[in-house]
Amino acid sequence: MVGLRQADLAREVGISASYLNLIEHNRRRIGGKLLVDIAGVLGVEPSLLTEGAEAALIATLREAAADAGAASSDTDRADEFAGRFPGWAEVLARLHRRIASLERTVETLSDRLTHDPHLAASLHEVLSTATAIRSTASILAEPGELEAVWRERFHRNLNEDARRLAESSKQLMTFLDESESGEEQRSVPREEAEAFVAANGYHFPELEDGTAEPQELVDAAPQLDTPAARSIAREFLEQYREDAIRLPLDKVSDALEELGPDPVALGRATGAEADAIFRRFATLPPGLLPADAGLVICDGSGALLYRKPAGGFAMPRFGAPCPLWPLFLALTRPLVPVRRPVIQKGRSVARFDCLAYARPHHAAAFDAVPIFRATMLILPIPGEDDTEDDNRIEVGSSCRVCPKKACPARREPSILREGF
Amino acid sequence: MNRRVLLVEDEPNIIEAIRFILKRDGWEVEAHTDGSSAVRKITQVAPDLVILDMMLPGRSGMEILADLRALPEMSDLPVLMLTARGQSRDRELAEKAGVSRFMTKPFSNNEVLAAVRDLVAQASKP
Repeated sequence: MVGLRQADLAREVGISASYLNLIEHNRRRIGGKLLVDIAGVLGVEPSLLTEGAEAALIATLREAAADAGAASSDTDRADEFAGRFPGWAEVLARLHRRIASLERTVETLSDRLTHDPHLAASLHEVLSTATAIRSTASILAEPGELEAVWRERFHRNLNEDARRLAESSKQLMTFLDESESGEEQRSVPREEAEAFVAANGYHFPELEDGTAEPQELVDAAPQLDTPAARSIAREFLEQYREDAIRLPLDKVSDALEELGPDPVALGRATGAEADAIFRRFATLPPGLLPADAGLVICDGSGALLYRKPAGGFAMPRFGAPCPLWPLFLALTRPLVPVRRPVIQKGRSVARFDCLAYARPHHAAAFDAVPIFRATMLILPIPGEDDTEDDNRIEVGSSCRVCPKKACPARREPSILREGF
Repeated sequence: MNRRVLLVEDEPNIIEAIRFILKRDGWEVEAHTDGSSAVRKITQVAPDLVILDMMLPGRSGMEILADLRALPEMSDLPVLMLTARGQSRDRELAEKAGVSRFMTKPFSNNEVLAAVRDLVAQASKP
C-alpha cells in the first residue's frame, strides 16, 4: 500500500483500521463487496488480492486435510487455519508437498526394494518418518483447541521428524545417485567396475599413450573390491586399449574436426567396425563432442554388460531394460548398423540419436553357437522437441517405471500411477 | 471398561500420534517397541486388538503374527499390520499368516481409527 495509509484505506472502504490489519495478516478472510472495494481503492484487480501465494497455500492445506481424511466441514476451514497460524500453515503445506513428492519417488523406486536390502532399510526410514509427520500434522491441522502441552509436544515431534526426513531423504538420494564417487558399497561386481570407469571420467590417458597396462590400472584402483569386479574392469580396459590402438586419439580428434561429430562419417573415414567407433565416442575426453555420449552393450540374452549413462537417457540399475531400445533391434539384424532417433519421457522429454550394431563376439567356429554382442551409442540431442519425425521411437527405461500407455512391448504393468 | 489396543511399533512419534487419536476415541493404549519380546507382551496384555509394524528390531511383524496364530487363545485376535513395504507379495504373505487387515505407510489417522473400530466390532459379534 505505497502512498496510502492503512487508516485512510480502512476509512475509504468503511471498516476499522484494526479489522484491515487482521485482513492484511491473513487473520480474516476477504471476499465479496469488501474485496472489490479494497481493490478499487488500491487500483488493482480483485483477483490479485486473493490469488497467488495465499490461494495456493489454502489449496495445499485443503488437499492435506482431504488426504488425511478430515471431514469436509474441517477442510472448508483451511483458510481460517491459515489466517490464525500462517507460520504453521506454511510448515504444514511444505510438509504435505514434501510427502507427496517422496511418495512419488518411493513408488517409482519400489522395484529396487525387492533387490536391495540397504535400500529397503533406507526407504523404510523415509516412509516411517513420513507417516509420523502425516499423523502428527493432521492432529495439529484439526480445528479446535488442542491442549498446550500436547500442541507443544506435537510441534516438537514435527520439527524432529522434518529434520529426520530431510536427512534420510538426502541419504536416500545419495545412495541412488549413480554418479557417486564409488565409496559406497556396491553389491554387484559389474556396478563396481562401471563405478571405477565413471570415477575416471570414462577416459584413460595412460592407455591412450601406452604408458600403463590395463592390469596396472586395475591394481591401482582401490574401489575395485572383488576379484569379479577387477576381472570385468580389466576386460573393459583391454578392449579400450585395442580401440585406442585402432583409432588413436589424435586421428579421431582431427577427423571429428574435419567431419563433425558424426560416427558414421568417422566409420567411413577410418574403415573401423561400427562398435569400435561407438566405444571410442564414449571414451573421448571432454570437449571433443558437443555433448557427452552414452553407451550400452548387451549380449544375446539382452543382459546389459556395460552402461554409460548420458544426457538423461534413463537406464535401469536392476532388471531388464526397455525392449524398444534400438540396441535390441540391432540384435535382430546382426552386422547391419541401425540408427534411430529416440525420445524418452521422464520428468521432461529427452531426445537422442541412437546408433546400434550387433556382431559375433568371437571368431566364427564350425558348429559352435555364435555369441553375439550388441553395442548402442547414445548421442543426446539438445534443445526443445520441435520436430515431428515419423521414424523416431519412444522408449523407456524399464517397464516397471515407464509411464508409456498401451505399449505393445510391455512385459509387466508400470508401478507409476501417473506420468512424471 | 475401556477397550484395549496394544501398539507394537518402534517409531516413537508414530506411537505418540496413534496413542493420541485412539485415547481420544476412548481406547486404552499400550505400546511396545521390541520385536523379540512382542509375543510375550501380547499374551500378557491380552488386548482387544494389536497394531503390529512389519519391520521391528529383533523380530519381524510377520514372524510375530505367525507365532501368535499358533497359540489357540490368540487365533482370533484382530491384528492390524502396518508396513512400509506395500508390495503385493508382503500382503499375500501377511494374509496367509492370518492378518486381519493390512495398512501401508504412510496412512492417515482416520484410516487407522476406522480400522480399529471396525475390526474390534467384527470380533465382538457373536
